[in-house]
Amino acid sequence: MANGPTASERFLNGILPENPVYRQLLGMCPVLAVTAAMLPALTMAAATAFVLISANGIISLIRGQLRPHLRILVFTLTIATFVTIADRFLAAYLYEMSKVLGPYVPLIIVNCLIISRCEICASKQSVRVAVADAVGMSLGFTLALTSIATVREILGSGSWLGIRVLPEAWPNWGIMVLPPGAFLVLGLLLAAVEWWGQWRAQRMDYAVAPAMRGQQAQATGEGMEEANSWKA
Amino acid sequence: MESLTLLLQIFVGAAIINNFVLHYFVGICPFLGVSRRVDMAFGMGCAVTFVISIAALLSWTFTFYLLRPDAPLPTWLWQRLGGDPSVRIDLSVLSYIMYIFVIASSVQFVEMYVRKFAPKLHKSFGVFLPLITTNCAILFACLIILRNLQDPAQLWGPAEALTLALGGGVGFTLAICLMAGIREELELCDVPRPLRGAGITLIIAGILAMAVMGFAGVDQNLQDAIDAFLN
Repeated sequence: MANGPTASERFLNGILPENPVYRQLLGMCPVLAVTAAMLPALTMAAATAFVLISANGIISLIRGQLRPHLRILVFTLTIATFVTIADRFLAAYLYEMSKVLGPYVPLIIVNCLIISRCEICASKQSVRVAVADAVGMSLGFTLALTSIATVREILGSGSWLGIRVLPEAWPNWGIMVLPPGAFLVLGLLLAAVEWWGQWRAQRMDYAVAPAMRGQQAQATGEGMEEANSWKA
Repeated sequence: MESLTLLLQIFVGAAIINNFVLHYFVGICPFLGVSRRVDMAFGMGCAVTFVISIAALLSWTFTFYLLRPDAPLPTWLWQRLGGDPSVRIDLSVLSYIMYIFVIASSVQFVEMYVRKFAPKLHKSFGVFLPLITTNCAILFACLIILRNLQDPAQLWGPAEALTLALGGGVGFTLAICLMAGIREELELCDVPRPLRGAGITLIIAGILAMAVMGFAGVDQNLQDAIDAFLN
């Protein structure tokens, strides 16, 4: 089981290059539903991280016993068990927050992000890689949730994590804390990430192309080295 | 008449006012993924409506007889086995596992049935049927129906459960078909490059959600109108 990406590659990939929300468009329900303010978004991110890490670890431990036609069922039942634990925990210790999150905590069960990580990584690789992958993906998911929640809370209520940041005269944009605001903010942020990616690719093209054409190409990064060796 | 008014309210509430997709954000994945053409979107909507009704009825039945506090079957079994009769049996902690199990198996059964008895329909559904298992709309309907599990006086009956499931399914179909119609027209438009794909779809969804917000309060008006008509 040594093939496939290593633990550190998995970990780093999850944060930005394969960000679950901005790059893969996975787990959109909580991203839209709980990001009206920072606090519920952070709680949701923590609950999802707990379920993702535990489920990835367990699935990776039993990966030798999985049967192909039953694997999705095993994934969902494992996830449902951990979601029940997370839900009971929230109801016991953070009752107010569990009221705010409502049905979106149990809906973690059908978060495509977790099932896709179980399928792609945990059912094929060792526990260490699976847990590193889960931690990276959780960080990427937290980053996405908090970025959307930051925009929505600052524009919608003039505060951040409950602390007032904009002057009192700021007219709160009511639409931002309502459902349409979630769609608009996520759409615009996705476009911004896409635009940044395209701009960077373009700049890389300008920076890399002459060097590639030159006689003494300087290998600066792993990608360049690979490209050069392939050319030779 | 009283109960019919309540059912109508539940249906209109689930289908339009608190639309599953545009108000509660469930079922976003197929909403973004399968909304390129109207006929495919309609097929997906019908499949979801069908599965949602079956799963809601089944999970209501199982929860009512097996998992709710003081459910008849486990209580009978407990006393039959000689357990202390004053103990209150409550298996509701198992409810999430049971819902997802019911959803996964009903999707499996529906797929087998459709493949055997309506091969044409099966062909047109294609890959969507198995994908419905991870559609949050279905689990969400089960959760909404049984949210008052601890309070037997407020627990909905099977008629209310089925109405909410049908309303949710119709609302999902409505939203995904509207979106598909708009996206078909959008093919001819010059959308800025970074917005192409998911970006513009989400912004259109935001505008649709604003339109749906305009229906807030319709259910109360509807009830008033029915009351006025009856008296």
